[in-house]
Amino acid sequence: MADATDADILLMSGITKSFPGVTALRDVTFAVRRGEIHAICGENGAGKSTLMKILSGVHPHGSYSGEVVFEGEECRFAGIRDSEARGVVIIHQELALVGQLSIAENLFLGNEMAHRGLIDWNRTNHEAEKHLRRVGLRENPTVAAGELGVGKQQLVEIAKALSKEVKLLILDEPTAALNDDDSAHLLDLLRGLRDDGITCVVISHKLGEVTAIADTITILRDGQSIETLDASDVTEERIIAGMVGRDLEHRFPPRTPHVGEEALRIEDWTVHSPTNPGRVVVDHATLSLRRGEVVGLAGLMGAGRTELAMSVFGRSYGVDISGRVYKDGREIDVRTVRSAIRNGIAYVSEDRKRYGLNLVADVKQNVSAAGLGLLSRRNWVNEHEEFRVAERFRDALRIKTPSVAAGARTLSGGNQQKVVLAKWMFTEPDVLILDEPTRGVDVGAKYEIYTIVNSLAEQGKAVLVISSELPELLGLCDRIYTLSAGRITGEVPREEATQERLMEYMTQEVRR
Amino acid sequence: MSADVSTPPVTQPVAPGPPRRFRLNLRQSGIYVAFALIVVLFTVLTDGALLQPGNISNIVVQNSYVLILAIGMILVIISGHIDLSVGSVVAVTGAICAVLTVQWGLPWWLAVLATLGAGALIGAAQGYWIAYFGIPAFIVTLGGMLVFRALTLTVLGNQGIGPFPDEIRTLANGFTGGYLGNVGLGPLGGADLLSLLMGILVVAGFAFVQWRTRRARLGYGQTVDPFPLFAVKILVAAAVVLFVVVQLARFRNLPWVLVLLAVLVLAYSLMASRSVFGRHIYAVGGNLQAATLSGVRVKPVTFWVFVNMGVLAALAGVIFAGRLNQAGPTAGNAFELDAIAAAFIGGAAVQGGVGKVIGAITGGLIMGVINNGMSLIGAPSERVMLVKGLVLLAAVAYDVWTKRRAGAAR
Repeated sequence: MADATDADILLMSGITKSFPGVTALRDVTFAVRRGEIHAICGENGAGKSTLMKILSGVHPHGSYSGEVVFEGEECRFAGIRDSEARGVVIIHQELALVGQLSIAENLFLGNEMAHRGLIDWNRTNHEAEKHLRRVGLRENPTVAAGELGVGKQQLVEIAKALSKEVKLLILDEPTAALNDDDSAHLLDLLRGLRDDGITCVVISHKLGEVTAIADTITILRDGQSIETLDASDVTEERIIAGMVGRDLEHRFPPRTPHVGEEALRIEDWTVHSPTNPGRVVVDHATLSLRRGEVVGLAGLMGAGRTELAMSVFGRSYGVDISGRVYKDGREIDVRTVRSAIRNGIAYVSEDRKRYGLNLVADVKQNVSAAGLGLLSRRNWVNEHEEFRVAERFRDALRIKTPSVAAGARTLSGGNQQKVVLAKWMFTEPDVLILDEPTRGVDVGAKYEIYTIVNSLAEQGKAVLVISSELPELLGLCDRIYTLSAGRITGEVPREEATQERLMEYMTQEVRR
Repeated sequence: MSADVSTPPVTQPVAPGPPRRFRLNLRQSGIYVAFALIVVLFTVLTDGALLQPGNISNIVVQNSYVLILAIGMILVIISGHIDLSVGSVVAVTGAICAVLTVQWGLPWWLAVLATLGAGALIGAAQGYWIAYFGIPAFIVTLGGMLVFRALTLTVLGNQGIGPFPDEIRTLANGFTGGYLGNVGLGPLGGADLLSLLMGILVVAGFAFVQWRTRRARLGYGQTVDPFPLFAVKILVAAAVVLFVVVQLARFRNLPWVLVLLAVLVLAYSLMASRSVFGRHIYAVGGNLQAATLSGVRVKPVTFWVFVNMGVLAALAGVIFAGRLNQAGPTAGNAFELDAIAAAFIGGAAVQGGVGKVIGAITGGLIMGVINNGMSLIGAPSERVMLVKGLVLLAAVAYDVWTKRRAGAAR
């Protein structure tokens, strides 16, 4: 597609990267011209971050196949220090500042201005000030980084990159957490850096920003590089078409919905961030699920999908939660996980290793973890019954394990996910919230999980599926809600749902 | 555990190939094998003195309080915490018991109950900060270690208090009476009939429960050990118990603390593996977030684990003081380290979520046998300490190594 020319500062070609069970990137080509701002667009999971992690050495040479040519030389970065030595610096979405250290200390962390092992503080602070001026940040370099707002922290990160004599700066979702003013300032700064000859690669979901700032746009989809567009005459619609333009194969088992009465209704639900209490994460959201219905919840990273689900499930996330939850028309108490379970709600979390499984326990103990009460009399667990229940689910969900007494750790991702599903199915819920049920699961197991979702709906349960993969939602759901910046921005029935339409609602910017 | 075997059909409980099964068992039972080897080693080194009736009795009585602490400590460690204060709690509860009996003249049983209550309060106080206030157990119990040592000194006024009533001394140091007389055992001489009967009863009960569990498992279509292996396990366990009982019956009958320990081990093993509360302890230690999101009330679980630790520490405190017949200001020094070491040697995981009561007891006995055996051969105490330290390191290294190998096999 692209040949290395003198104008190219970077050429990545034939990049393939696999994680256990998943191919994240397949034969990706990515070329960046010197001195441009190059945007990478793609859905969640398209492989953008993985590609940038390869470029910056986070995924070291040898863990992927393909070639990275930077400034005409092939690079084999073993780690982030190697790439930084060459002038490639990445700023991650989650900022990597140490809050307790001062701005100056953060700027030179790992790169301290020392003389014979002792840090020269005068020089450190003086140099820091110089870099801060360049990014337009008027702060004393001895102030602790944690005292700055997110926008200013972002600037500190950029100053830090500048201090490393950056040639290629990679920004992963730089404005995701910023307000409009900070975003505008940041975009101006990037233009200024470009004029100084620094090449920038920006990953962004905000297509308005992309068209405003980028010179070139590369679109990734399903781990493949789809196209590279000149940004001067491109519309947002054109970008969306590239991002979602895949046909829906027959990847979903068929289902005829039998939709019944309303099972769950969430009304006027508002949640604030626990770490940043002023910030509204879910904003007056209202949604309802009916029996026998599979409902989707679509939204980009940070839109508040998981936060919405976890806050409803026993206030497992967030502070200052307000709103009401109705089950079968009656208001219910979901203030604790136990009361949510008692009211027939189940939540399968997006991160099964952190929130779903006890990896040191065996399969049967994981299956029974949320429903021990059903297996016990007077607080004594009937282990034989537990074994039988676990075997029943193993057969029903086709969990591949030599025995239900095998450790949960030994199972593959798809089978672990089935164990978590079994855990919640055993509690006999009426409403299941499935958060990214197929993340990190291979294609075959995905189909099986879709089949399980269908059979749950067939049994008259209401299922809410949260997913970053729009085709998955389109293939599974009867109705899809879209969430953007914590607000429900759309509700689309299956017949009217297209990826373009959902993407449009999902990227709708909400003014605060 | 490698996942290299295909799923055996449910109706056909055939064991997979013998080599693999054997390896599996070795890994799970490494601690018992190690214990057996250490016993054999010291039996040889001491020309059999280790297994003489009087010495077995000594090992049990000398280590009883550490074993009681180990039972509480393993639960604390399974739940993902640690308790550094138990040594000081042993001291302060011993002192409380001494004041109640010696100075206040309370009946012995009332004093013991009150002391256990004091232990529960101590555990509750520490559990509150850990479970509800969210301070790491390491910090809370490090503070507790100092606070309760200070309280000990205050209560005792810097001097020992004693002597204790006979009943408490008997519990700590005494033996069951020969209520049924003696029987002759041929060349072994006379032995206490009651002790023998109790030993036989325990063995029979153990075999019966195992057999019933096996039957029930088969009834549920589960795979079980092949019968010969099952029988060998029962026979080995029975032989060990009977050997110990016979030796004790020849000496001065069963120590009361052994009876107490047996009851505690049985009750706590059952509680840990079969009760909902026990399961919740494992769940909380295995993955706190997953447990929370599964509806486990994690804070009360943590709280009660520490209350339980306090009660067991108080029990150990009473027994230790009763054995010395005096509550002293330095009682229980470094007991927390022995209890923690017992738990880790017995297979507990540093991250929590893993461990067994019987494992902790075995771990405690390993250290007890090393202590006893080395003192029998006249090794200086610094060398005993050195060996115990290395054994602890080796045990955990072995655990980490087998886990890593199991992980790599995947």
